Amino acid sequence: MAAGAAARDLAREVRITGRRRRLAAFALTLPLLAFLLVFFVLPILGMLRLAVSNTEMAEALPASTRAFRAWTGGGPPPPELVDRFARELVEARAARRLARFAKRLNYERTGYRTLILKTARRLARMEPPFDLATLAAIDRRWAEPAVWAAIRRAAQPWTDLYVLAVLDLARDAEGRIVPVPPERAVYLDILARTFRIALVVTLACLALGYPLAYALAHLPERHANLLMIGVLLPFWTSLLVRTAAWIVILQREGPLNELLRWLGLIDAPLELVFRRPAVYVAMTHVLLPFMVLPVYSVMRTIHPSYVRAALSLGATPWTAFRRVYLPLSLPGVTAGALLVFILALGYYITPALVGGASDQMISYFVAFYTLQTINWGMAAALGSLLLIATLALYLLFARLVGVERLRFG
Amino acid sequence: MKGSPLALGAAALALVVAAAPVEARDLTVVSWGGAYQDAQREAIFEPYMKETGRKLVEDSWNGGIGALRAKAEGPPTWDVIQVEADELVLGCEEGILAPLDWQKLGGREKYLPEAVHECGVGTIVWATVLAYDGDRFGDDPPKSWADFFDTEKYPGKRALRKGPRQALEFALMADGVPLDRIYQVLATPEGIERAFAKLESIKDDLVWWEAGAQPPQLLAAGEVVMTSAYNGRITAANKSEGRNFRIAWEAGYVYQIDSWVILANSDKKEEAMDFIAFASRPDRQAALAALIPYGPTRVDAAELIPTEIVADIPGTPPNKAYGLFFDRDFWVEHVEELTERFNAWAAQ
Amino acid sequence: MGLLGRVLLWGWALAVLAFLVLPLFVIVPLSFNAGGFLTFPMPGWSLRWYVELWHAEIWWRAFANSLYVGVLATLIATLLGTLAAIGLAFGDFPGRAALTGLLLSPMVVPLVIVAAGVYFFYLRLGLVNSLEGLALAHAALGAPFPLVTVSATLAGFDRNLIRAAQSLGAPPWTVLRRVLLPLVAPGVVSGALFAFVTSFDELVVALFLTGPGQRTLPRQMFDGIRENLSPTILAVATILVVLAVLLLGAAELLRRRGQRLRGLEP
Repeated sequence: MAAGAAARDLAREVRITGRRRRLAAFALTLPLLAFLLVFFVLPILGMLRLAVSNTEMAEALPASTRAFRAWTGGGPPPPELVDRFARELVEARAARRLARFAKRLNYERTGYRTLILKTARRLARMEPPFDLATLAAIDRRWAEPAVWAAIRRAAQPWTDLYVLAVLDLARDAEGRIVPVPPERAVYLDILARTFRIALVVTLACLALGYPLAYALAHLPERHANLLMIGVLLPFWTSLLVRTAAWIVILQREGPLNELLRWLGLIDAPLELVFRRPAVYVAMTHVLLPFMVLPVYSVMRTIHPSYVRAALSLGATPWTAFRRVYLPLSLPGVTAGALLVFILALGYYITPALVGGASDQMISYFVAFYTLQTINWGMAAALGSLLLIATLALYLLFARLVGVERLRFG
Repeated sequence: MKGSPLALGAAALALVVAAAPVEARDLTVVSWGGAYQDAQREAIFEPYMKETGRKLVEDSWNGGIGALRAKAEGPPTWDVIQVEADELVLGCEEGILAPLDWQKLGGREKYLPEAVHECGVGTIVWATVLAYDGDRFGDDPPKSWADFFDTEKYPGKRALRKGPRQALEFALMADGVPLDRIYQVLATPEGIERAFAKLESIKDDLVWWEAGAQPPQLLAAGEVVMTSAYNGRITAANKSEGRNFRIAWEAGYVYQIDSWVILANSDKKEEAMDFIAFASRPDRQAALAALIPYGPTRVDAAELIPTEIVADIPGTPPNKAYGLFFDRDFWVEHVEELTERFNAWAAQ
Repeated sequence: MGLLGRVLLWGWALAVLAFLVLPLFVIVPLSFNAGGFLTFPMPGWSLRWYVELWHAEIWWRAFANSLYVGVLATLIATLLGTLAAIGLAFGDFPGRAALTGLLLSPMVVPLVIVAAGVYFFYLRLGLVNSLEGLALAHAALGAPFPLVTVSATLAGFDRNLIRAAQSLGAPPWTVLRRVLLPLVAPGVVSGALFAFVTSFDELVVALFLTGPGQRTLPRQMFDGIRENLSPTILAVATILVVLAVLLLGAAELLRRRGQRLRGLEP
């Protein structure tokens, strides 16, 4: 009896210490978790929210915003709504709060920024009450229902404007979702281009990297380590150094064209830089180590006896490679290809420096909208699209390969 | 244990404390980079620091009302900026630029009429021109914007400034529109279509530059056979690097006035105004023109300009007849819509 | 594999290695160019661009800023990453895989998303245009590296070592200092190296978060490459290549030492 109780006590104690140990271990991860939540996760979530955020009008014209939300739309707005809106325009101008609302409305249709600013300026010199005729006398666009529909959309708590825009869609005056005119339809194109570049770079890395990894994996480890330095060195070198090097190499009178001319392969220099091929070459160079390393480390674990067994059973070397070695090395290929693809999707600096205007990827436009035109809604919507694609692929990576294989160098 | 992480960490901490840079914000002046800003540094920035004993931080930008808005909405980082004419008017209307104290600038009557504005004072007269490497073409160099668009006669890539400004004007010049009708044509939807169609015709051969330092670089590297360029950069490259770049003035050029402005969110408006007053002194304007051939905006600086460089200054004889003065009102009205259209077109 | 196959394989492999390494060294001679342009053949050799660099205050300032941000970010990243790695190695608590995935995600999330997110976030906190703000963002990007490298040193770790120390009466602090730390030290230092390089080389976040008063080395280089790819830039690039060689050497030494300590003789 007593022995049984003692055993139960012991078991309980073991369980408690086990739990305590697990708790202590978890506590050790808390500082990093908390840090990343604040400086990484939270900012990204905040950015996602900006993609549907619609607060500009509510901040500049709070009373009109409430009134416009109550208005059912369609046709001209009721006179008291026009008057309240016009009066509040004048107040917001005096309080210097109008610029951001004017900017927001400009996203509905280019030209509305100046319409708002001009109208507010002119109204400030007039006496209320204001009616539709007064506004239409300032600018005839006020007589059209489109501008009122746009203001009503700007008054809503959330907007799908940016999300639609990155899919080359927009809402017309009646609120229907329609495709944007072809000369403005660029984002689906950019999206497709981003995936295409990432795919080409991934395939190029595979074609270059797999044989290299294979050759290195079949050397004695000491020699392989020595040659591996060649793979690791670019990895440790500044991205900008590598990009600058490619500009120098690929330029019209650069070493590559000189070499080709000297070899008699070309008469006139090739136009390489500021073109798509330059983007492919430079990105492949930057991302190649991310392919070679995982493939190599998997190949190292493939015992030569497997292939030898296949050969001794009468397989040709090609069959032995195809049926035995290749499947065994596939986990490394999956890891490398997914990693390269994920990283390539988010590239910004390299295409920005070596590519032309039609070689830019999504990231470029996120930066452009954030820093150049402060259209944060567009930046956030494009960023969300990129983030969703990346996270989906990361989950795939975690499922197929396992995050613990996410190691560089 | 030697080299233990703790010891390394402590050493690193000591390093951080030692390397911690002092972070007090100095007056930040933003200009157009490259050879132009080098000249400004010599003619204006350094004399200003020497005379006042104050510090000044430089930054450069490549224009665009959006970039101004971004800086105006954030915390103060830029104080004084050199802007183009349309940016001046738009920025002033939107309240992102502060009004200037014209008393400190010596009075409006001292300046060219086009250089006077509530929020800005003109600082240089400059031009966007057609430039090429004189060593490349022998005795048949490009002489017109039609030549620029003629990729059969002059094969190879060419470069234009990224954005609609000047590019649309040049496209119409190439399409045979006389200088005095360019803006009339551009004001119609058909004129815009015509200009974009002309650009489209050589799109595959076009490289876009953003910074004024790029065109001479592109010419020097042989990356393009001809390019649009700010006239002063071409002269500067010839002077400092001994190149033989040429400007085809007779092809037609667009000239305009840049202004100093103060951003409304600056917390150093007083100091900014002092700087602008210093930079606008006739002797400083003349000193700058002597280093890089951009015209002064002060009437009383014109006589200080050495005669031998006057020919390189846009809008003056012998090249006055080829110049098209930048239509500020047209661009204030259309720059946003056309920039949007241009960006979409270029990204396609 | 036949002889032909072997020749083809090695020809290909060596060509790929050349593709990886040669571009880095093409720029080295050009930085010693006596002329101002980046084309071969060069008119002559000279140190003039290095002399110019030495006297350029703006580059020294950028270097100091990068160093400051890099060291600060490395300290935070290494401390937090090492603790988390120890926690993940010793606790088989539920949700551990998901947690690891989350903690490693800064490695794969596109930089521009981090940059834009942190930029909007900092605008509200007033942390934009400060080196410390940049260092915090860089610490988040760098923390996965020590996490990975320290985890690797703990992968083959024999927990009996800790039990043995405890049974001999060692208090937890002594166990940590005398048993655990020496074992993970190579991982900590090489993780710190990775974190440092990550910050030192990081441009996108810096483009969003810094103003003219906080230019870092990559930012200065970016502007230089875009506006005027001069031999001065290539001189900086050459110095950075030398730095990369040194860092790689240090990391390799550490890796071997780590393997030796764990009894995995290479």
